[in-house]
Amino acid sequence: MELLVLFLEFFKIGLFSVGGGLATLPFLYALADKYPWLQSSQIPDMIAVSESTPGPLGVNMSTYAGFHCDGVLGGIVATVGLVTPSVIVIIIVYQFLEKFRNSRLVENAFYGLRPVVVGLIASAGFGVVVLALFGQNVSPMNWTEFFRWKEIVLFILVLAAARKWKQVHPVAFILVGAAAGVLFRMG
Amino acid sequence: MKELFSLFITFARIGAFTFGGGYAMLPMLQREVVQNRKWATEDEVLDYFAIGQCTPGVIFVNTATFIGYKQKGILGAIFATAGGIFPSLVIILIIAAVLTNFAELPVVQYAFGGIRVVVGVLIINAITGMWKKSVVDKLGIFLAIAAFAVVTFTPLSPVWMVLAGAVLGILAKSFSVSGKGEA
Repeated sequence: MELLVLFLEFFKIGLFSVGGGLATLPFLYALADKYPWLQSSQIPDMIAVSESTPGPLGVNMSTYAGFHCDGVLGGIVATVGLVTPSVIVIIIVYQFLEKFRNSRLVENAFYGLRPVVVGLIASAGFGVVVLALFGQNVSPMNWTEFFRWKEIVLFILVLAAARKWKQVHPVAFILVGAAAGVLFRMG
Repeated sequence: MKELFSLFITFARIGAFTFGGGYAMLPMLQREVVQNRKWATEDEVLDYFAIGQCTPGVIFVNTATFIGYKQKGILGAIFATAGGIFPSLVIILIIAAVLTNFAELPVVQYAFGGIRVVVGVLIINAITGMWKKSVVDKLGIFLAIAAFAVVTFTPLSPVWMVLAGAVLGILAKSFSVSGKGEA
């Protein structure tokens, strides 16, 4: 019974959180108010773990919260609940898209949409770069601490390498980044 | 069956190496889905992102469902999504069960400090490729810069920018068609 409630709660979160991982946050706090197995003081820890592990934030946090409710099975049920509305909604949207693929209106809408999405991805990239290369809560006037020199050197090296060797898989660069981070104590 | 398995594995690989949420999956998606498997074009990936941004759920999952469904129908959608969330499930369950102080471990913080730098580079490279292909005229340049500025510097939801892009795209095309013939 508890698993069914868990599935439905996360189904609801999946259905109502529009626009990515952090959109699930307010819903998690609401869950913490409602159920004894989740305390709102645990949520910042969950965010920290979700951000320092691979995979989408929303999925990681659901797995974590579900585990607190009912162990491994709870983690799986919560995550499946979270993604089920996505799968249903996207399959429906796909049908419409196929039907109107060749309509002038849809084509023109996408002509305007694509540059916007490029801008949105650029914004996400900008956020990551700022977080990685510049000190948080440090005044730019204090420039020896504001600029994270080790990270900036790595940034320039990887940028040059990725441009030169285009065939190298992104995973290789990520592993190099993790190794360099540990070796030179970054972050 | 082989293709279903291949959808699962490919999205598991993308999930295992996507750090930092939705759009950070772009470099992996470009390499695995666009270049290696040729399951979608770069333009289609942008279209899926746009729809994923305005529909409920996690963008990563929405994109996996799209590509899985396109390849193999409902089963394809389920396998791609299951693959995408599989690494998260395994990693988070292990951490939740044994390594409760995982995020505070110095080695994790150092590694992530380096990974963040690389993810930044990978997103920048992915963007320059996308820019060349999808930002084709002055309106495109304006929309890309406007979306970047609004989402970076104001608390406005990206959903509004996506809707504005669609409306402006439709308006611009209908005016240019009536004005100067085929654009």
